[in-house]
Amino acid sequence: MNKLTNQRAWWFVLPVVLLVAFNAIIPLMTVVNYSVQESFGENMFFWSGVRWFEEVLRSERFHSALWRQILFTGIILVIEVPLGLAIALAMPRKGPWVSVCLVLMALPLLIPWNVVGAMWNIMALPDIGLLGRGLNALGFTYNYTRQPFAAWFTVVLMDVWHWTSLVVLLCYAGLVSIPDAYYQAAKIDAARPWAVFRYIQLPKLKYVLTIAILLRFMDSFMIYTEVVVLTGGGPGNSTTFLSIDLVKTALGQFDLGPAAAMSLIYFLIILLFSWLFYTLMMRNEAR
Amino acid sequence: MRGRYWVPLVYIIFLMLPIYWLLNMSFKTTNEILGGFSLWPHSFTIDNYRTIFTDPTWYNGYIASLEYVVINTVLSVAAALPAAYAFSRYRFLGDKHLFFWLLTNRMAPPAVFALPFYQLYSAVGLFDTPWAVALAHTLFNIPLAVWILEGFMSGVPKELDETAYVDGYSFWRFFFRIFMPTIAAGIGVACFFCFMFSWVELLLAKTLTSVAAKPIAALMTKTASTSGYQLGLLAAAGSLTLIPGAVVIYFVRNYIAKGFALGRV
Amino acid sequence: MMANIRLQDLRHSYVENPKSDADWALKRLTIDWADGGAYALLGPSGCGKTTLLNIISGLIRPTEGRILFDGRDVTDASPEERNIAQVFQFPVIYDTMTVHDNLAFPLRNRGVGAREVEERVREVAEMLELDTTLKERAAGLTADGKQKISLGRGLARSDVNVIMFDEPLTVIDPHLKWVLRSKLKELHQRTRRTMIYVTHDQTEALTFADQVVVMNEGEIVQTGTPIDLFERPQHTFVGHFIGSPGMNVLPCEVAGGRAIFAGLPVESANAAAYRGDGGRLELGVRPEFVSFAETGIPVDVMKVLDVGRHRIVETTQAGFVIKMLVPEDEPIPEGAAHVRFAEDRTRLYRNGWLVT
Repeated sequence: MNKLTNQRAWWFVLPVVLLVAFNAIIPLMTVVNYSVQESFGENMFFWSGVRWFEEVLRSERFHSALWRQILFTGIILVIEVPLGLAIALAMPRKGPWVSVCLVLMALPLLIPWNVVGAMWNIMALPDIGLLGRGLNALGFTYNYTRQPFAAWFTVVLMDVWHWTSLVVLLCYAGLVSIPDAYYQAAKIDAARPWAVFRYIQLPKLKYVLTIAILLRFMDSFMIYTEVVVLTGGGPGNSTTFLSIDLVKTALGQFDLGPAAAMSLIYFLIILLFSWLFYTLMMRNEAR
Repeated sequence: MRGRYWVPLVYIIFLMLPIYWLLNMSFKTTNEILGGFSLWPHSFTIDNYRTIFTDPTWYNGYIASLEYVVINTVLSVAAALPAAYAFSRYRFLGDKHLFFWLLTNRMAPPAVFALPFYQLYSAVGLFDTPWAVALAHTLFNIPLAVWILEGFMSGVPKELDETAYVDGYSFWRFFFRIFMPTIAAGIGVACFFCFMFSWVELLLAKTLTSVAAKPIAALMTKTASTSGYQLGLLAAAGSLTLIPGAVVIYFVRNYIAKGFALGRV
Repeated sequence: MMANIRLQDLRHSYVENPKSDADWALKRLTIDWADGGAYALLGPSGCGKTTLLNIISGLIRPTEGRILFDGRDVTDASPEERNIAQVFQFPVIYDTMTVHDNLAFPLRNRGVGAREVEERVREVAEMLELDTTLKERAAGLTADGKQKISLGRGLARSDVNVIMFDEPLTVIDPHLKWVLRSKLKELHQRTRRTMIYVTHDQTEALTFADQVVVMNEGEIVQTGTPIDLFERPQHTFVGHFIGSPGMNVLPCEVAGGRAIFAGLPVESANAAAYRGDGGRLELGVRPEFVSFAETGIPVDVMKVLDVGRHRIVETTQAGFVIKMLVPEDEPIPEGAAHVRFAEDRTRLYRNGWLVT
């Protein structure tokens, strides 16, 4: 789009900037503050520079948690994005069933995350849970409290159940926003359904897909409550993702230093990956 | 029914099973839940629900949550609309960086920010009010709303704006009468997501309130700590949290499902 | 391959069970479009012209009636089976493809051989002056470039029966509208394809079309050449809609075979044909054919607007406005004056329709 340069546009943006900055800058400064200091008890802070950062980056525990996290997020993205898109494409566009679909699909998103974790915790128990009993009845020996693979399976399944609808809703809204004329032109041009998908739908969905991918990336990278309630990070530390590790670190120490440093590193990793994703997906747009 | 509709059907069945399980648990006692496997409550009880409806801490909790969530949703979307329009239609100093910066506010795990937030909101005297949580949640909801709305707005060609001006519309009349209806789907989605993310956010909601504005989220974690899990109660509380969100999405469904009809007959 | 298109007893309603007249977007009509003609469907917003267009292309199925291409009933045929092409109000292109691939797309989908595809694409690109941009991404072109691509996709196919345009210049810059309009006319003359052009802009319609179909409120009001429409409007709506300013429509009575306006007899071309069967009687005369005179209808001169080669003068008589077009060099009296209507250009209308 040819945009006009107009500095008065800042007035439009001002409320947003003020609200977000208020919430972002001061707490951020506080965290940065902690991350470069050591404290010995209340109000005794000593500058320690990059010591905490080095410690975190060298920690074996941090590395394992990071790799686990990357693997988890990778799996999540690979499953949820195509699945969500496929469902959105298959949903009816008009008629009474649309409302039913939208409402039912939204329900998993609305459950508080600790309840989600608790639900799946019980449901996956091998003796009293629907899933646990079901899987064992089918012949699998399944016990997520003891088997790392089963734990991963359950966590992934829970996340897919919980969050795929987000992708579906975004893609669906994007799909119905494509003007009819494009489909009409495609009919007239005798385009086959695959061509309609590839040349009309997918390009027009690029933006909502970017949002969906970025959101899922960030949220899954920060996942905490559901996993903690479901597995507690176990068995052992097989499902201890980065956030969980972070909290364990924070709780285990007097100092907020290491936790703060880790948070910042955490933040920078997400920032880097997001920036990469975003640039990659938007490289053809003149924004 | 068209062939391809079995895809959403299977998906919905998949979604409904755990929800059924949740409802199932809500009508059982905690003992029965942990005691064995049963597809429906053998000793059906509405005690869990009764507790919630009669204990003021519970239902006040729901009301408190609703309060800040509604404030937040309205605030976030209202602020985001003009901002998204500016990003979509204009170039200005720092626009690209500002746009990306907004998203960065969703990139940090809230755990470590809890304490600074507590200090900040106490300092401005908003602690333990719905406004504290509503404002705090704008940190991550506004960027989301701006990003979603901007995307939908950029899908509307600028020619629409210009044609309207030629036809004699003032800017605001154009914005409300013509522009907003064309991005209805985006507005619907943005509203729902803001509602949803604010509704389920537990940490800040707990940190920034103590008694007066205690939200449902905090109560949920309470049932988890004292005397182990009161699972039945938790399940009932969880089931009830579905209702406001379902109402919201029902309300915006027409916006989400609306097609994009450009131009005149 | 071209075709005669016949729309037989067509009626369309967007409502499930239409009851009243107002529920019908298209009231009963039958019309023929001859092979190779350049047609315009002209009418105000909401008159049903886009509905009619979409029925012809097959994007809408009519509630009643049949559509025949060369005598063959295509009412149930899909758009691609009818071999039509359509250019929409805003540019519809395949963003991710190059200009070349956009033009080639409908051909490739129909299994046309690679060499013929290249030939046709090149030919069409040259006709539309897109040949320099063939390798570029279609998304990067300006609005008029994109509309040309839309048009090109229709022209590239050799099997197209009719090309339809739905207000295609809506998003084009004003100074480019004229260029594109002339181009369309030129293309019609060169390719001799049947073209139907829907618009609410009379200039577009009158300059493009050989035959104009004027519509109002779901009905076809008149079909004719631009000159016909201008000189012999069959409905007051046509007279009013076409021409700038439009025709003067003045209520009148008829007595003794002559029209009476403001108590004075006015000579007209067809008052004698009036059968005395009541109804709303009006006199229609274009501002071009009203002139000042020594005697005649008394008027007060109210406003004079200078538009260059002539002036538009607004006068009133008994509360009714009579507009006149006065050439540059003629004097305009002030205050009270007399006007007369050219007899052969003044017509009597009953309930809006020309009395014959």
